[in-house]
Amino acid sequence: MASQQQLAGHDFHEVLKASPFHARVEEQSLVKNWMSWNGYQTARVYDTLASEYFAIRSSCSVMDLTPMEKYRISGPDALTFLNRLVVRDISALKPHRVTYVAWCNDEGKVLDDGTIFHLEPGTYRLCSQHHQLDWLLISSLGMNVLIEEETHEVAALAVQGPTACSVLTAAGFDTLSQLKPFGITHTLLNGFEVMISRTGYTGDLGYELWVAPANALALWDAVFGVKQRGLYDVRCIGLGALEMVRIEAGFIMPGDDFNTAETTVRAGHDRSPFEIGLGWLVDFDKPHFTGKQALLKEHGQPIKRRLLKLAVEGNKAPADSFLYDGKRGRRIGTIKSHTWSPILKATLAMADIEYRNGVVPAQIWAEIYYQKELEWRATWARCTISKAPFWAHPRRSATPPQRC
Amino acid sequence: MTSSPDGPVVIVGGGHNGLVCATYLAMAGRKVQILEARQSVGGGASTTGFASGYQVSGLAHILHSLNPKVCKDLKLESAGLKRGEAINTIALDRRGRHLTLGINEVVGAGLAERDIRAYSTFKREFRGYAKALEPLMMNKPPRLKNMDRKDKFTLARLGWGLRFGLGTDSMREFLRVGGINIYDVLNEVFENPLLKGAIAVDAVLGQHMGPRTPGTVLTYLHRLWGETQGSQSLPPGGMGQVAGALAEAATQAGVTIRTGAKVQRILLTGGRASGVLLESGEQIDAAVVISNADAKTTFLTLVGTPELDAMFAHRIHTTRTRGNVAKLHLALRALPIVAGLSAQQLGHRLLIAPDLRYVEHAFNHAKYGEYSEQPVLEITVPSIADPSLAPPGHHVMSVSISFAPYDLKGGWDQQHSIFADRVIALIDQYAPGLASQVVAHELLTPVDIEAQYHIAGGHWHHGELTIDQSFMMRPIHGVAQYDTPIAGLYLCGAAAHPGGGITGVPGHNAARRILAMGDA
Ligand SMILES: Cc1cc2nc3c(=O)[nH]c(=O)nc-3n(C[C@H](O)[C@H](O)[C@H](O)COP(=O)(O)OP(=O)(O)OC[C@H]3O[C@@H](n4cnc5c(N)ncnc54)[C@H](O)[C@@H]3O)c2cc1C
Repeated sequence: MASQQQLAGHDFHEVLKASPFHARVEEQSLVKNWMSWNGYQTARVYDTLASEYFAIRSSCSVMDLTPMEKYRISGPDALTFLNRLVVRDISALKPHRVTYVAWCNDEGKVLDDGTIFHLEPGTYRLCSQHHQLDWLLISSLGMNVLIEEETHEVAALAVQGPTACSVLTAAGFDTLSQLKPFGITHTLLNGFEVMISRTGYTGDLGYELWVAPANALALWDAVFGVKQRGLYDVRCIGLGALEMVRIEAGFIMPGDDFNTAETTVRAGHDRSPFEIGLGWLVDFDKPHFTGKQALLKEHGQPIKRRLLKLAVEGNKAPADSFLYDGKRGRRIGTIKSHTWSPILKATLAMADIEYRNGVVPAQIWAEIYYQKELEWRATWARCTISKAPFWAHPRRSATPPQRC
Repeated sequence: MTSSPDGPVVIVGGGHNGLVCATYLAMAGRKVQILEARQSVGGGASTTGFASGYQVSGLAHILHSLNPKVCKDLKLESAGLKRGEAINTIALDRRGRHLTLGINEVVGAGLAERDIRAYSTFKREFRGYAKALEPLMMNKPPRLKNMDRKDKFTLARLGWGLRFGLGTDSMREFLRVGGINIYDVLNEVFENPLLKGAIAVDAVLGQHMGPRTPGTVLTYLHRLWGETQGSQSLPPGGMGQVAGALAEAATQAGVTIRTGAKVQRILLTGGRASGVLLESGEQIDAAVVISNADAKTTFLTLVGTPELDAMFAHRIHTTRTRGNVAKLHLALRALPIVAGLSAQQLGHRLLIAPDLRYVEHAFNHAKYGEYSEQPVLEITVPSIADPSLAPPGHHVMSVSISFAPYDLKGGWDQQHSIFADRVIALIDQYAPGLASQVVAHELLTPVDIEAQYHIAGGHWHHGELTIDQSFMMRPIHGVAQYDTPIAGLYLCGAAAHPGGGITGVPGHNAARRILAMGDA
């Protein structure tokens, strides 16, 4: 049994949907640099990329997270359903805890990644990058589970950065210091309910705040009130700055770093969890999950390719660069996403790289095309594989987080 | 548990295909146990007492495709198999101008010479096509990707048979008619409406199809394939007698048969089938589990979706398995009288399908979840050849009714008896006075068939025999070679290639496949 909520009152004249925070977002957006995120009008940049980036890394940033796909999953078979859906064993996920997951089709190719929130015993929220309702409904066959899309029913803000805990405490959330990474807490703010999870996409200290859309503006005002009172700097950030920090933090972006299985038409263009660096999630000892047979089979074979984190020599942007196993060598892959990291002073990239006989290439070189005064030039840059995330601050996992 | 050729084999369901598969495996030295939910084996091949003193074949009543190789291999004759006398098909006409359709000739009042000649040519030609498909029928359907040697051999024999067995002209004609519908073909070849109506029945019987549905030439060939191997008959004692002979052969080969043993769950260990759990709570370990149940029951109910990949479960779920044929059993105080038919002729296969449009209109209702106002009927009176089926002087009539959709609008509960009365009234038009001769009756709708015979949807073939659900795509592609995504679990019933009917072929092919895979 599965049900689907109607997209009640959708206005088809509306090209992009306004989030419940839109009044403030619109006000804060100086450059009106808009983009669509899951159909919502979303700021790419509010002011300047640099100031937003540094808000995340050195003070406190706020981002409207509402457009993220959210599904509420409940019913007697909710856990069975989720554990058969995802490659990771989530049977030990306690109430008020969050975990990172990925899920595959029958062929063991990744459909999407996301997080599962164990909201209360037996009730979960699945957050995903892309729309997944069809797949969730297909996966619910024969299970007594209720699946409700709640993307539009829950407003969310990401508050991230070294001073995030301090800002939120100053804003009136006084229970945060004991909240562990991937923990969930509920609190009241000026009479309305706020759910706070210590989660994020920045690799630093950060929280995500979840409220009913009616309380969205009050939540925003409470957080920005801290800045108005002159206590801490708080800035809104767009997806542009987020892209920089998520690469620093080594988080992958389905659809950018790899083709999701659902959107793949050509054979071999989809990717398994192993191939995108999520092999650590795959648990062959747990009960059956979709794609298990295929992944077991792949697991026994030599590695064909991997999505790797590369530090690229120099400061030229390796946009869409081809990668070679030597200067002018054999082509072995491409850059999927990249950024200049101001804090690490390095060019960082996610790259899809072919292995030979199961072995990673000994050398990786990027051929970079760049412009000087509208004239194209080419150069070679040596790339170094980074096993660990480029950026991982101890503050991210300390409880209580150090005050700054 | 890994597979071992000595490990015990459990077969879920003792339908005729389960019995055939079991016997082959036992003959090859395997230790086989059949677990049948019903009180007797046979599944759709059964004899039931529906009123005190009256017996009929429960579902299948005409034996038209029992495979000769299976009969020979399993020595069914010495196990007591009696096929009964060969019978013809008689297309009934309200005014008594009935037609008798034999294997090669048709006779009847008012038939044009042209139609008589066309019938022989047509039957010979189409039986040729059906025969050319033989290599495909008696083997596991070849995979199109990653073929093994056997697959290539099957395809080569198929190609050879089509190209050289048929000859160039026939081959061209086969390719032309293969994809079109029986309605167009029959209109090209024949004039007599009754003749066309009767042939069309064989193309749509048991399916969610009317004569105008594409693919009905292939379903007709499927039916004709039986005719390439022998004639149709009414087995004395009902179809249960055939099952009895199969059970005898099975027992002699060393198969253990348990009835009244409904399997609730197929158990897995480390992803491999390792046994079954009975409804009684009893657990039986097995090295190999073979299911004679339909694919939906096997995977979605007995294995359970959590043990399956999501898209696989979805694809099984979306196979078309809603039955369209109801069964009516009548206990009669006297032999019905049909003008123009002798008592002996009444013992043949009687059809009510006066013309192509009648059949198409009957189907139209099914498209919208209604039963046919004027259904197509296939009638037998088995008590003529075997008087022991009814008290002295009395008779039993067994009728397959098309179309009676599984998912009837408003449900069957309200309309069960209305529909039975309607069908009795229709037969009464051909056999006046029949309605008053009815002592007792039983109507089995597809919903009843599902409940009593444990066939999801109550479908004749355990699933439509459309091109997308046939051959290497039966029940779905990827599972078409009797093995399944679950190691140690196999299909052996009508849900697998080449489909339903009392043929024994799925059981035969499955056993060969399982032995060839070195499992069991
Ligand atoms: C109305 C109707 C009329 C038909 N008329 C004819 C005809 O005249 N001629 C003809 O050749 N064919 C006819 N057929 C088709 C024929 O009956 C079937 O195709 C055939 O019976 C399929 O055989 P099978 O052995 O594969 O499966 P079945 O006969 O369906 O046998 C499957 C067996 O498995 C058992 N089973 C299922 N689930 C479980 C479980 N969980 N535990 C234990 N046991 C289980 C069932 O009880 C059943 O005994 C007719 C079908 C219908 C519906």
